[in-house]
Parts: sequence; C-alpha cells; structure tokens
Amino acid sequence: MDAIHAITMPKWGMSMTEGRLSGWLVRPGQSIAPGMEILEIETDKITNVLEARDGGILRRRVIEEGQTVPVGALLGVVADAGVADEAIDAFVAERQLAAGAEGGDDAPAPRVIDVGGRAIRVLDLGEPRSEAFVLIHGFGGDLNNWLFNMPALAEDSRAIALDLPGHGESTKDVGTGDVSVLVDAVVDLIAQLGLEKVHLVGHSMGGLVAMLVADRLGSRLGSLALIAPAGLSSAVNDAYAGGFIAAEKRKDLKPWVEMLFADPALVTRDMIEGLLNYKRLDGVGEALALLQARTLAGAAAESVLAGLDAPTVVLWGEQDRIIAPPASAPKPLTILPGRGHMLHMEAASDVTRAIRAVAGL
Amino acid sequence: MPKKTFKQALNEAHFHEMRRDPRVIVMGEDISGGIGASGEMDAWGGSEGVTKGLYPEFGPSRVVDTPLSESAIIGAAVGAATTGLRPVADLMFADFLGVCFDQIFNQAAKFRYMFGGKAVTPVVIRGMIGAGFRTAAQHSQCLYPIFTHIPGLKVVIPSNPYDAKGLLIQAIRDDDPVIFLEHKLLYGVTGEVPDGAYTVPFGEAKVLREGGDVTIVALALMVQVALDAAELLSKRGIEATVIDPRTTSPLDLDTIVESVEETGHLVIVDESSPRCNIATDIAAQVADVAFHALKGPIKMVTPPHTPVPFSPSLEDLYLPSAERVAAAVEASLRTRKGAA
Repeated sequence: MDAIHAITMPKWGMSMTEGRLSGWLVRPGQSIAPGMEILEIETDKITNVLEARDGGILRRRVIEEGQTVPVGALLGVVADAGVADEAIDAFVAERQLAAGAEGGDDAPAPRVIDVGGRAIRVLDLGEPRSEAFVLIHGFGGDLNNWLFNMPALAEDSRAIALDLPGHGESTKDVGTGDVSVLVDAVVDLIAQLGLEKVHLVGHSMGGLVAMLVADRLGSRLGSLALIAPAGLSSAVNDAYAGGFIAAEKRKDLKPWVEMLFADPALVTRDMIEGLLNYKRLDGVGEALALLQARTLAGAAAESVLAGLDAPTVVLWGEQDRIIAPPASAPKPLTILPGRGHMLHMEAASDVTRAIRAVAGL
Repeated sequence: MPKKTFKQALNEAHFHEMRRDPRVIVMGEDISGGIGASGEMDAWGGSEGVTKGLYPEFGPSRVVDTPLSESAIIGAAVGAATTGLRPVADLMFADFLGVCFDQIFNQAAKFRYMFGGKAVTPVVIRGMIGAGFRTAAQHSQCLYPIFTHIPGLKVVIPSNPYDAKGLLIQAIRDDDPVIFLEHKLLYGVTGEVPDGAYTVPFGEAKVLREGGDVTIVALALMVQVALDAAELLSKRGIEATVIDPRTTSPLDLDTIVESVEETGHLVIVDESSPRCNIATDIAAQVADVAFHALKGPIKMVTPPHTPVPFSPSLEDLYLPSAERVAAAVEASLRTRKGAA
C-alpha cells in the first residue's frame, strides 16, 4: 500500500508551543530511512535534530527554513515514489485544514499526586499499560530533562517521568537526605501506579537511584538504562554540586550549568532562569545540600549493578565534566564521543534508541 | 504550574510570610474590614484586595486597620520595625508618601548608618503607582525616582505576578526598609506562579527577550510596552533585548551595560516624570562607563513633564506607547556614529 506520512513539529517539553525550523538536512526527492536526522528545530530551550519516524522519499517541504510554526504543524511529507503528486497535494491541504480547526494544545500535562504522603509530580505519557518506562532525573534536575526522549518513548509505549523529592514541583522534604529517601519514593510510585513491568532509566544521581530501585523490583524489572550514573567507580564532581547550590544569580549559575554540556552554546537564558526559579523555592537549598552530603558523597552501587540480571545499558558522554566515564564498570560502557553529562539532551536520538533497544520495545 | 494574577501573587506572599514568621504584621487603611467596621467581615482586604483573608486568619493584633493618617501608619511601622517586628505598611496610593517623608528619609533610611550598623529597620512600605487608572494627578504618579535617590532605602518595582510574589517575600525577609511599588494596571495580569514560597533577589535584572540590535530597559507597566515594541520592531527586521531591572535600588547596571556592549544602542522606557528619573539615571551611568560601546544616542521614552491629566484621552496620550518606543529605537539606529 502506498502510505503518505507527515513530518510534524514535535512537542519537546510541556512549555513548548511552537518551534523554529532552523534547517532541513534532506532535499526533496531524497530517500529517507527511519531514524535518519532530517531537520533541525530550535525552541526557547534548546536546538535539536528531528529524526524521521517513517521511511520513504521526501516529497514535499511544506515549511521552509527560518519559519516558526506551532507544535503539530505539518513540516513536510514522506511517501513512496509511486504516490501521485495530486495525492500529496490533497494530503497537505487536508492536514493544513485540520490543523487550523484543532488549534488548542491538549497535550497531557504533569500532575502532582500523593505518593505515600509525599507530593510527587509525574508526567505520564502513552497508552495506560502495566509495562512502562520510568525515567529518573539527576541532581538539581526535573522531569523536563527528558523533554526530547519522552515523546519518542511514548509513541508506542508508556513513559513516566517524575520529579524526585527535593526537585521540580515535588515535595522539598528529603528527610535525612539519604538515597533511600529517593529510592523509597520511586518504589512507592511504581507500586501505586500498579506497574507490573518496569524499564528504569536514570541519569546521574537518578542513575544511582535507578540501580537501587532495580534491586528492589525483583521480577518486575524489565530493563535498566543508565546515563552517566553516580555510584560507580567515578566520583561526582563535588565542586559542581557545591557551585550549583551556592549560585544565586544568573551570572554565578551559568558557568556551572555550562559544565553539564560538551557544547556550552546549548545553555540558554530560559534554561538558567528555569533553574534559578527552582533554586529560589523555599527548601530547595537545604534539600540539595542534604543530598550532596548524604547521597552524592559516597554513592556506591557497583555491587548492586553487578548483581542485576536484567538487560542493562550504560551510556556515557566522553567529555562528561560532572562524572567522568569510569575506567571500568560491572557492565559494558557505551561511550558517546563529543558529548557531555547531559547526553540524553545532547544526543537525544541515540539515547532514546538505546533505551528502547535494551527494553526490547 | 498554576496561573495567578499579580494581586493573588501578592496576597500569597503575605500569607506565606505571616505563617512563617510571627513577627510579620500588616497595617494600613481598610486592610481588613473598612472604616468603621470591626474587620471581621473582611469586606475589603485593602483597596485592591491584596490583603484579603489576612484578618480572619491572623486577627487584629497582626492585621492592624489604621486611621486615615499616612504619617501615623509609617511612623508606627518604622517604630515597630526598630523593636523587632517586621511590618508591611500599605499606603494605598504611593502619592501619599509625601506626608511621611521625614519618617522614611531621615529616620528609617538612616538608622542602620547612624547607629553604627547595630539597628535594623525591616519595614516594607507598599504603595500603588502609575497612570491609566483614571485617578488623576494626585493618585497616578510614579514616584520611584525620589526613593531611589535616598541611600538606605531599597526600591522594588515588579512587572509580573511571578516577580511580584518573590520580590515581596524577599522584601519582608530583608532587614532594610523597602519601598515596594505596584502598578495599578498590573493587578489583573496573570502569569505562572508557584504555590510555594520563593524569593527573587534584589539587584538582578530580568532579561525578557534577547536581540542583537538594541537594548530596551523598562520597569513595571512599561515592560509590556517594551515587549510590544520589540514585537513591532522584529517585524521590521530589528531585534531588541528587553531588560527589566526589577529593583532601582540596588540597580543591576552590569546586565544593562553588558547588553549595550553587544547592541550599541540603548532606549529606556520610564513612566515617571522625565526630569531626574530612572531613565536619566541609567542613561548617565551607561554613558559614564560604556560610552565606547554606544553607536548611537541613548533615547529616553517618558511622559511629558506635566502632572497626569484627568481627561482620559489626554491620559492615554501621556503614557509611553509601543509605537513611541519603536520610533525611539529607529531614531537611535538612524543616527549611528560614523554613519555618512
């Protein structure tokens, strides 16, 4: 059958309502394979590449470079060579008409739920199934760190991201600041949501949490994807954690946030403002200091990781300045050249692909 | 994140701080129940409803409904601050601060310095500013330049709900006297405001938009005017950076200068009267430290040097408009240094 596929403006994160098409990476008439990088999109937050979901020939560029369009807008059309031009025209006209009629932004929003007496913010995307990805951000992060990965994972799976205690819009109470406080919150959330098979994804401090949660899930653990995790033989850059906590103003914070990325140009004003707004909430400074002292310092999960049987992938940016890639680890490392600590943002497509592959989804 | 009005944001700031710290009290006219009323009904909660709901929760000892005497309100508030309380005095219209100048200028602002740093005066004085509200010459002024002139005072002028809440909480926690000014036309403006308490530091400007051709600095209601102007200019191929200093004392000159060093052009939009105002102050300071960076004249967009007119059509003409700001930008760009 001759299918016609739309390339549309993706929604990367809750606050994204529009994006600027900053560059096409393919020409009309060029053949496209699924997963191929086809265009670059710039948002308030960051610039990233969009990968093709469907294979075929790029038949039409509906939006040209430099234009800003709403999320969901038709950018281009992919179809086999056999499809008539008239059919492509009709498809474009129909999509543009439909987009005009829809208008509103009905994407699911994160919600704050009660998990064993704690307020935890959760973003739950995809079909409601008992098998799901659970994504755990790092120190000072929140569920929006997965903005590039969540939509792709949710296309044909359920993907759940949370704000850990002390972070985002979740409770700022981290108790003693021990990692067990974070682990308990995630385990309780998984139980409350009734998940029967869990594919854990953890970044940095969230990677440490993911390993310890994995250890408690038993047969419910489907797979484990670790992105520059804390708790292996390589220590967390203590100067970074301290500097991030201490910085009160834009200028003080920026150099620390730039350390997260191999390419500091990825750090935008909005990203810094968002982090400052978070850091200025009552209780955040105390929570982060406790987590730095109790969870980051002395994080150790090597033996836990060594004892896990589930399929596991460990990804690391070669230029990670927060947690350098360790010389050895209980599971094989996949090193991504030219990437920093935030490789799930810097190399979003590669990381998403690895997460799906290890989960077998 | 929940959306709230500027007014709700200020109301929440009062609740957070009064619950957190028993030393925080509020005082002013009509802040609980209105003149002659006992206050239990909480009919008003201030002329704009900012203090609504405080009286039923905190009672008459912490929500003090005062007689109609601004000098009594400020005198009592400054005195209470020196004894260890943290009063938030609601002056209603900031225009009325004129009858309290000695208490503010010679007392509150000076105590820390004249008592060798051993006395603190943690008082917040709230007042409404600005034209466009049809309240004529005695209720429409933007008097922040007068307070900015006095060492020892901090002057805070929020432009949006998020900043309003964070800056008011910071003001209440601050140990110095803070003049906190609210533009009347902003009370109904909505924006994302976290439910919890948070602070926005004094002396850090907010960069609302980045563009390489010109730097526009604006305060309070004029921030939206500047953003509208930036939209107009963008359609004409001119990209503007828009900076809101948020506090005029302390003033974040660094952020302004850094931007001017990139753009080479500066336009300041100030709703206060044009002589000796924040626009002249920033213009002078930038010319002093960054003259080398300027490629064209600094332009100031202000009302004319007249009292705010009572005629609605004249009042509308009095206020700077986005079109006037855009014209000032274009005038600065046209007269580039070294252009033929």
